[in-house]
Amino acid sequence: MHGQGFFFQAFVYLAAAVVAVPIAKRLGLGSVLGYLIAGMVIGPFGLGLIGAEGEDVMHFAEFGVVMMLFLIGLELRPALLWRMRGPILGTGGLQVGITTVVLAAIGAAAGLPWQTSVAVGMTLALSSTAIVLQTLNEKGLMPTDAGQTSFAVLLFQDIAVIPMLALMPLLAVGSAGDPGDKAHGAEAGVHATTWVEGLPPWEQTLVVLLAVAVIVIAGRYLLRPVFRVIAGTRMRELFTATALLLIISIALLMTQVGLSPALGTFLAGVVLANSEYRHELESEIDPFKGLLLAVFFIAVGASVDFELIQARPQLVLGIVGTLMAVKFAVLFGLGRAFRMGLDQNFLFAFVLSQGGEFAFVLFSFASQNTVIPDDVTAPLIAAVAVSMALTPVLMLINEKLIQPRFGTREIADRAPDEIHAGSPVIIAGFGRFGSIVGRFLRANGVRPTVLEYDSDRVELLRKLGLDVFYGDASRKDLLEAAGAQRARLLIIAVEDHERALALVETAQRHFPDLTILARAAGRPEAYELLDRGVEHVYRETLDTSLRTGVDALRLLGRRAHQAHRAARTFQRHDEESVHELGRMRHDRKAYLSAARERIQSLEELLLTEIEGPTTERDAGWDTDSLRGEYGGTAGQ
Amino acid sequence: MAGTTRRVLVLFAHPALEKSRVNRVLIDGLRDVDGLTLHDLYEVYPDFGIDVTREQALLLDHEIIVFHHPMFWYSTPAILKEWQDLVLEHGWAYGSEGKALVGKLWLSAITTGGREVAYGSQGHNGYTIRELLRPLEQTARLCGMDFLPPFAVHGTHGMRPDEIRKHAADYRRLLLGLRDDRVDLERARTLGRLNADLDSILAS
Repeated sequence: MHGQGFFFQAFVYLAAAVVAVPIAKRLGLGSVLGYLIAGMVIGPFGLGLIGAEGEDVMHFAEFGVVMMLFLIGLELRPALLWRMRGPILGTGGLQVGITTVVLAAIGAAAGLPWQTSVAVGMTLALSSTAIVLQTLNEKGLMPTDAGQTSFAVLLFQDIAVIPMLALMPLLAVGSAGDPGDKAHGAEAGVHATTWVEGLPPWEQTLVVLLAVAVIVIAGRYLLRPVFRVIAGTRMRELFTATALLLIISIALLMTQVGLSPALGTFLAGVVLANSEYRHELESEIDPFKGLLLAVFFIAVGASVDFELIQARPQLVLGIVGTLMAVKFAVLFGLGRAFRMGLDQNFLFAFVLSQGGEFAFVLFSFASQNTVIPDDVTAPLIAAVAVSMALTPVLMLINEKLIQPRFGTREIADRAPDEIHAGSPVIIAGFGRFGSIVGRFLRANGVRPTVLEYDSDRVELLRKLGLDVFYGDASRKDLLEAAGAQRARLLIIAVEDHERALALVETAQRHFPDLTILARAAGRPEAYELLDRGVEHVYRETLDTSLRTGVDALRLLGRRAHQAHRAARTFQRHDEESVHELGRMRHDRKAYLSAARERIQSLEELLLTEIEGPTTERDAGWDTDSLRGEYGGTAGQ
Repeated sequence: MAGTTRRVLVLFAHPALEKSRVNRVLIDGLRDVDGLTLHDLYEVYPDFGIDVTREQALLLDHEIIVFHHPMFWYSTPAILKEWQDLVLEHGWAYGSEGKALVGKLWLSAITTGGREVAYGSQGHNGYTIRELLRPLEQTARLCGMDFLPPFAVHGTHGMRPDEIRKHAADYRRLLLGLRDDRVDLERARTLGRLNADLDSILAS
């Protein structure tokens, strides 16, 4: 950072974010667009508050992408990842392959040498992980079919960068540059010569495999004891430091062996997804990720070269149009081929149709290797930046204009009054939990109105003849359309806790007469629902676990009725303690971390159980006191 | 004897109230009565998980205990039997230490599908309703309670709505009378069922 110094830089970036994002959110544009616009405003072509160093900032801030992938990995258990191998290799592979071929053909037709065309094609086939995932997350679209497939495609692209970098020097038109200058290290702000250069390919492969093995094994056996020790010090900042250290060391290791740092941290995240420190890691890394991504988006906005666009508008905008049209068409076709629902397909094709941040890296690498001349890369880079900035706009168009027309299952299109006039029950979420509630109600003559977010599931349930409707139940207008004005009960059965809370808030604000029954994953979630005044809270696993316990007691030889009654008492005490501890936890100091709070809650729980009665009163069935009084002469 | 008020606890047991014609009307007439607690056992304990502590506290809180239920197999519905087994503990309700319920009034309020003529040595039920209530009467006596003749509604199967409403009004009058201590208990004890001649035992 030069010029006005670090603090002024920080001031400009933060102020831009703080001013622009709330405005963008209020206008319904989403935070990504807010950051991008803020970047354009403060950039060299706007107010000129930041200059050319914006690019360095961008490279640094790309580390946010690395952190994001780590967080995504944390959410994705290995089994889940394995189940996604089809979409990753199939859809992802086809997307990159076909898009590269089509774009290269267009490039060749425009008169570029074929090597340059191929390099341009494969570079532009990549999409922006940062923009796509941030947008999908913010709109809560990750769990949908389109969200999952988009993620799979992005994951494949992330892997594909590695062979692309290897291929680049081979496509050199002129004299080859220094292939050892692995500019992709810049992705993580790490510029270093690697350990693998100069090694024969098979040794390189070996080193790469070794590095992956190190991450997996260390994640499995080494990190947990380390985190236990660190957590034992009860110093929060030390835990934060350890988490950051972990990510940075993985990024370094990956760069050293020539792999993408994002891929490495993603892998580490997956390995740690089953560990007890998952939530703690998430909450520690999340603010850093958020800030870095924000800076990254601002830097992208600032890097849009308006001078060039002004000078050669047809060229730049032509490239943008061609790029996005081709990508959209390929994605849409793939969605079709893989039988995606129409509304999901639109979402999938729109969200991935931009160029990605890898393009900046690959283009600079390519020009160093004289694969693509500078006068070609300049408009391409401008076009990629513009396409990234256009993505939130396209998402908005999709949401407001296309989905209502083609997303035929949007409930707002229908005449809700006719379809489910007077259904007294609305069920939000029809997965594992909601479907059982819904089936039970139907079996007892109550036809609930069901709102479900996953359109493919909606399709299936529709075919089975259920009143299921697609949509985000936390939107006021959708609840209204579903008859929330007349309904008596709202059953919140969505899996995602944050969405459940959003739904509670909407319902309480706009439909205060609705009685809410809410699903909670466990105690922490139940506490939060109780805090918001939801009286009927159901922890998913409580009843099933107790039934397991009852059967265990029976198999140990207890009488069935006694075991049953014991479970009933236990459940009653447990429900009471949720209410009690839920209130108590407010007294605790705010800095107590979530994990520590859980442990402490469990401690308190076990203590109250020792103090309180855990069996039901049944002295009336007991003859001890009678025998005491009547001495065996039979009184009653 | 009029003037003092006593609190009335109605322990109501009907496993399928939604199918009931008579009992529903009988209890609907009680919902707004001051000093009367209507305790719908099947609603409060759908899985028979009777809270003994709570039930005993309720009993201590009231002076007049009404066992209100349809006659099932010459006895109470199952939950009321479970209630007796668990709540009337030795050393609390009976036994040398068990004095908690001494002096309280016990009233059985019973509905039967069969007509009154079916209850007696000549009817096909063989015994009078009072005779069939002997187990409950003895339960009350062992607890030191004062067992009154029942309030009995017979012949519910063929009952017309206006008859049902008349019985509901009688039931309410009787419980209000007990609450306000306006019932001639001496005279009441001579009746086979209290609603055979309600006017004669109620002081206005």
